[in-house]
Amino acid sequence: MWLSHVFALLVRVLVGAQAQWIGCKPAPVLRIYYANHTSHLDTLALWCALPHHLRKTTRPVAASDYWNRGGLRGYVATHGFNALFIERDKDKRAGDPLEPLAQALARGESLVIFPEGTRRAQALPSPFKSGIFHLATKFPDAELVPVYLNNLYRSMPKGTYLPVPLTCSVRFGAPLARIADEPKEAFLERARQAVVDLA
Amino acid sequence: MQQKFYWLFGGIGVLLVVASTIGWLLQRRSPDSSTIANLVARVNAWWIMVAVLAAGFLLGRNATIVLFAIASLFALREFVTLTPTRPGDHLPLVVCFYVLLPVQYLLIGDDWYNLFAIFLPVYGFLLLPVLTAVSGDTEQFLERVTKLQWGLMITVYCISYVPALVLVQVPGFSVGNQNLLLVIYLLFVVQISDVLQYVFGKLFGKHKIAPRVSPSKTVEGFIGGGASAVGVGAALWWITPFTPLQAAGMAAVIVLAGFLGGIALSAVKRSLGAKDWGSMIEGHGGMLDRLDSVSFAAPVFFHLTRYFFEP
Repeated sequence: MWLSHVFALLVRVLVGAQAQWIGCKPAPVLRIYYANHTSHLDTLALWCALPHHLRKTTRPVAASDYWNRGGLRGYVATHGFNALFIERDKDKRAGDPLEPLAQALARGESLVIFPEGTRRAQALPSPFKSGIFHLATKFPDAELVPVYLNNLYRSMPKGTYLPVPLTCSVRFGAPLARIADEPKEAFLERARQAVVDLA
Repeated sequence: MQQKFYWLFGGIGVLLVVASTIGWLLQRRSPDSSTIANLVARVNAWWIMVAVLAAGFLLGRNATIVLFAIASLFALREFVTLTPTRPGDHLPLVVCFYVLLPVQYLLIGDDWYNLFAIFLPVYGFLLLPVLTAVSGDTEQFLERVTKLQWGLMITVYCISYVPALVLVQVPGFSVGNQNLLLVIYLLFVVQISDVLQYVFGKLFGKHKIAPRVSPSKTVEGFIGGGASAVGVGAALWWITPFTPLQAAGMAAVIVLAGFLGGIALSAVKRSLGAKDWGSMIEGHGGMLDRLDSVSFAAPVFFHLTRYFFEP
C-alpha cells in the first residue's frame, strides 16, 4: 500500500506524530488502542505512530457516515490506513454495529477506536460510549492500551479542512488492568481516566 | 567555486571526525555522564545537518532555497506549537503556512528583491490581523495576532535571509552559484561561534551573562568563543569577496548578532514556558534552537554585504 507511505510522510511533516511509548512497548499482540478524539487527523496520526510492521495488523475504526462515502475519502480510508467501518446512524444499522469489530479481533487484528464516538474541541476526553466495554468483555485477553493525542485539536479543529502544522505527540500508556465483574460505568470512567492521566 | 566547496566541506568533515573521536574517547572514559552523551548526540546530529546542507549546495541555488523553506516550516511549526492558539486562529495560521511562507521563498527564487524585503513586514503584517478579525474571535485579539506576526517574522522572514544571499550582486564574485559560498560562510561562522562559546563556557565559564534567560551563556564563553569564531571567519576570507580584515569585521558582526539573537529568542522561549523549542534534532532540541542565532545574524549580514559590496 504505497498510499499509506505517502500518508505517513505527510503526517510526519505536518504534525510530527512522534510516538512516546510510556506504559508499554510496541508488540504484535492483540490490542485495542483507544484514544481521545479531537480531529480528523487523529486516526492517521495514531496509525502512523505505530511501527510499520504493526500497521498491517492494526485496523483503525472509522465512522461509516464520514469515511465510507466513496470517492477520495473512501479510497484513503480503505487503501491509506486500512480502515474498518462502523455504522453510527441507528437507522441504518442491521444487527450489532460492533459485529465487524468483534470479527476483526477474532481474526487477530488489533483495533484503534475512539470511544467518545465523535470529535470534541477540547484537550481532555468526554465520557466514553459503551462500545469499548462490550468489546473488552468479549475479548478478555486483548490488551486495552490508552492513547493520548495532544495538540491535534489545535491543528485541525472541527469544521476546518486544512491541517495547520503543529508538533503533536502520540502517548501510549500502560494496558488497562482488568477487574472481574466491574460495572460498566466504573469501567468506562477508569478507562477514560487512563487517557486523562497521559495528558 | 567547486574546488573551494570541496576544500570547505573536506575541512568540516575533518572537524567532525575530530569531534566524533573526542566524543568517543570521552564516552569510553565516563560512560554514565549525561553531558558527554549529549555532546555525542550533538556531534551525530551535526553530521546529518552538514550532509543535508552539502547535498542542497551541490544541487544548486533552488535546492538551497527549498531547503531553507523547509527549515522555516519546521521552525514556524515549533513556534506555533508552543504558542497558545484558539480555533479562531486557524485561518491566519493556514495562510501563514500555505501562502505567506511559500511566497516569501518563491520571491527569492524569482530574484524579486524589492518585494522580498517588504512582503512580510508590510503585507503579511497587515493581512494577519484582518484574517484573525474575520474569524470573529476578539478574545485576547492583540496578543494572538502579535504572537503570530512575531513567529512569522523570525521563522520565515529572518531565516529567508540566508538563501536570499544569492540575490546580492558583488562584482567579480557573484557569478554562477558562487554566492552559495556566502551562505556557507554565514552558517559556518554562526554555528562555530555557538559551538566555541559552548566549549569555552564549559571549560572556563564562571560569570553568567543572563542567568535567568540563558543560564549556559557566560562572559568567558562569549569572549573566548566569540573571538575564536572571528578568527575562524577571518581565516575563511578566501571563500568570500572580502579581504581578511573585512572578513574578520563581518564575522564579528555575525557573532554579535547571533549571540544577541540567542539571548532574545531564549527569553521568548522561556516566556512561552519551554526549555527547548522542540525535539526534532537529537541533542540540540528543535530546529529553532539551532537557527535562533542564524535568524538574527542573517538579515544583518545580508544588508551589510549588500550595502558595502554591491555597487
